[in-house]
Amino acid sequence: MINILLAIISTIGALSILFASIGILRMPDFYLRLSVTVKASTLGVGLLLICASIMFPDVSVTTKAIAIVFFLIITAPIGAHMIGRAAYFTGTPLWKGTIVDQLAGMYNKETHELESDPSQVPPSEELNEEENIARTEDETD
Amino acid sequence: MIRQFLMNLLLSFIWVALTGSMYYSNFVFGFMLGFFILWIMNRNETDQRYFYRVPKIISFIFYFLLEMIKANLQVAYDVITPKYFFKPGVVRYPLNAKTEFEINLLSTFISLTPGTLILDISEDNKTIYIHVMYLNDPDEFVRNLKTGVERRLLEILR
Repeated sequence: MINILLAIISTIGALSILFASIGILRMPDFYLRLSVTVKASTLGVGLLLICASIMFPDVSVTTKAIAIVFFLIITAPIGAHMIGRAAYFTGTPLWKGTIVDQLAGMYNKETHELESDPSQVPPSEELNEEENIARTEDETD
Repeated sequence: MIRQFLMNLLLSFIWVALTGSMYYSNFVFGFMLGFFILWIMNRNETDQRYFYRVPKIISFIFYFLLEMIKANLQVAYDVITPKYFFKPGVVRYPLNAKTEFEINLLSTFISLTPGTLILDISEDNKTIYIHVMYLNDPDEFVRNLKTGVERRLLEILR
């Protein structure tokens, strides 16, 4: 009984890592690649570690697995957030199927500060925003 | 609140020491037993927050796991089929969470759900910008997130 359960859980974990790696190849845009990869690999590694901790009836294995999953859950979203922010700031183009971009033009280019209210942005930034969208459309087509 | 949690931990350690088996499941059982004993002993106290909060935390964990599995299935289906179904977009999300700890937990949970990725937080901690894979309507997405993850998380933390 417990063997069947372990087989199911570890298969799901391995499959989600496989889908993450296929997603790296197939996704059309940097942000989608990041989005697919980070979460699916976190889930996959977490499920495999849970399997290991059920499989070996040893306290040290269980505590190590819990610690690894805990630190993975803490650190993976922060890494994804930092990579995504850096990519957006350096102007990595969004996919041409993107329907809305509410972050465009909200950065202060000199101080790197981010506004929360769109009405606070000075009008010169708005011009930059239109240029930015035109540029990304050219690059992705 | 903290006092009751520490008392509960102490009771579960006593249970583990008395039964003598250092297994994870035994510790969980001791924790449940201690929770039950504390609940019976504190029925007449005015501060009942701890006993509402623990079931809410457990239900939040299950809710989050369910959401994560659903979103993973959707992404996996999109990855292995040849056609692209997604409509990505960057959404501005006004936060209800005030302190840095609440914002940190909320953004971790949003980032762990497949299909959503935090891009940046504004300078005054009032809005976050989320990259979403399946976006039909930005207002509807913000409403779903507000009534789903954020409401449940703030109920636990406040």
